[in-house]
Amino acid sequence: MSAGKPLPRIDDDTREYWAGLARGELLLQHCRDCGHVQFYQRALCGRCLGARVEHRPASGRGSIYSFSTVHRAPSPEFKADVPYTVVLVELAEGPRMISTLVDTPPEAVRIGQPVEIVYDRVSPELTLPRFRRAAAPTTI
Amino acid sequence: MRSYKGQVAIVGVGETPVGKVPGRSALWFNAEATRLALEDAGIDKSQVDGLVTAPSFVAPFARMSVAVSEYLGIRPTFSNTLNVSGATAAASVSVAAAAIHAGLADTVVVCCGDNMLSGLTRDLAVKALVESRDPQYEAPFGLLVATTFALTAQRHMAEYGTTPEQLARVAVVTRQHALRKPGAQMTTPITVADVLASKPITTPYHMLDCALVSDGGAALVLTAAERARDLRRKPVYLLGGGESYTQEHIFCAESLTTTGAAISSRRAYAMAGVGPGDMDVAGVYDCFTGTVIMMLEDLGFCKKGEGGPVVEAGEITHGGRIPINTHGGMLSYAHPGLPGGYFHIVEMVRQLRGEAGARQVAGAELALCHSLGGGFATNATIILGTEPRA
Repeated sequence: MSAGKPLPRIDDDTREYWAGLARGELLLQHCRDCGHVQFYQRALCGRCLGARVEHRPASGRGSIYSFSTVHRAPSPEFKADVPYTVVLVELAEGPRMISTLVDTPPEAVRIGQPVEIVYDRVSPELTLPRFRRAAAPTTI
Repeated sequence: MRSYKGQVAIVGVGETPVGKVPGRSALWFNAEATRLALEDAGIDKSQVDGLVTAPSFVAPFARMSVAVSEYLGIRPTFSNTLNVSGATAAASVSVAAAAIHAGLADTVVVCCGDNMLSGLTRDLAVKALVESRDPQYEAPFGLLVATTFALTAQRHMAEYGTTPEQLARVAVVTRQHALRKPGAQMTTPITVADVLASKPITTPYHMLDCALVSDGGAALVLTAAERARDLRRKPVYLLGGGESYTQEHIFCAESLTTTGAAISSRRAYAMAGVGPGDMDVAGVYDCFTGTVIMMLEDLGFCKKGEGGPVVEAGEITHGGRIPINTHGGMLSYAHPGLPGGYFHIVEMVRQLRGEAGARQVAGAELALCHSLGGGFATNATIILGTEPRA
C-alpha cells in the first residue's frame, strides 16, 4: 500500500525509534540531565545539549492539537488515500508529532479529541505510527 | 545599536512577464528581471559588484547566484545563493543591505526567477514541495506544504473563531487588487461564494485560498544612500530589517498561531524607529488566505485574534487601516515559487515612488514587507521609506 511513497531514510539518530515502532513501542527521548522529553530523535538534548538522552516508551496517547483533511494528493502515490486527515498530535508526555488518522471520518475530527496510536506495519522493516480516536480523555 | 537604517536604498526594480511564460528558463527570468531593474536604475551592469538570488526548483544550479552572474556577463565580488524558503525575499534585501553597509559591495542586485508553471508540471511542483518535508517524520504521512499552513489556520479558527468566509475575503480583496495591476495572472473578479465553492485542497483551504503556480522573476538594485541620491529614480530607503527562525518542523513549533513574524517585525520596527500604526501600505507573503490574517496580528496591525474581523471590515484595501498586497499578491498576481515574495517588495517600491497608478495609496511614505516560509518556520521583515530618517 505504500508503493512509491516517500519512506523514512533511517540513520543512526533514528534507528532505535524505528526499531521501537516495529515491535509496537513509540519511543520518546528523555534527557537524564535536565529531564526534557523530546521528539524527534537526536544525539543530544535539544534543551541542555547533554548527550545522556535515553529512549523510553510513550503511552501512545494524546490529543489532536490541529488537523487538516487532504483532498489533493501531494503526489500520485497518495491519490488512492484521499481524503485523509493529517493530524498534529500532542502526546500525553508533551511533544507533538505529525501523523494521519485511521478509522475516523473527516467530518468527525475535532481539535482536542483524544487519540491513541495504531502501529501500521507497511513492510517487515517499517512500521508507521498512526492514530485513531480514543474513548476517554488522556491523562498521565 | 549598529544598523543599516537609512544607509542603503533600492534604486531600481524590474519584473518579467508573469503567469504562463513558456520556453524561458529560471536563469532567463533572473537575468531579464535584472536587466530591467538596471535599466530602471540607470546603472550599467559593469557597476554591479554583488548579486544575491535564490535557488530554482527547476534549474539544476546549486550556485544560482554564480550562474545568474555568468549569464549576465558580470563577475561580482560578493555573491550569495540564499534559501530560507519563502522568507528569502526580504532576507535577501537585508543581506544585500548589510553587505553594502559593511563595505563588501557597492551595488548589489537582488533577484529571483523561476519557471514553476512551465518548467515543472503542477503535479511535479507539488511533489517537489512535499519532498521538502522531513523524510522521516513528515513526508511519509503525505504532508503537503499547504497542509503545514492549513494546520495553523485550523488552529487559529479554533482558538479565535476565525471563519472560512473571513479567509475567503482575503482572496476576494487580493483579486480586486490584481485587477488593477497590469499583467496579473488572474484577471476575473471572484466572490466569497466562489472561494468556498472551489475545490477543497487541504482543509480549511480551497483552491482559491491557495497561492498560484506561476513563471516569473523580479529584481531590485541596491546601493549606498549617498550614491542613491545622484541616480535617476527617487530612492527608496531601507529603514529596518528583522528575521526569525523558530523551528524546522511544524511539530516543533511552540505555537501554531503566534509566529516568528512577531519577532522579526518587532526587530524591524525597532531598527526603523517606527511602529505598525505608521505604515501606509504593506506587502505580506500571501501563500494562503489564512496566512494574511495571522500576519495582520503578528505584524502588529491588530490584536491577536482580530485578523479575521479586520479583513471582514474592509481594512486591508484602499481606504482601510492597512492596504495589503495592492499588486494582487501570490494569490492573484503570481507565485513562481521562491520569487513570489519579491513582487511584494517591487510593489512597495512602486508605492513609495508614487508610481502605482490605479493602485496608488495616496501619499505613501512608509511600507512594510514581510516574507515567510515553511509553515512559519522562517520569517523576514523589512521596512522601507521615502526618506532616510537617519
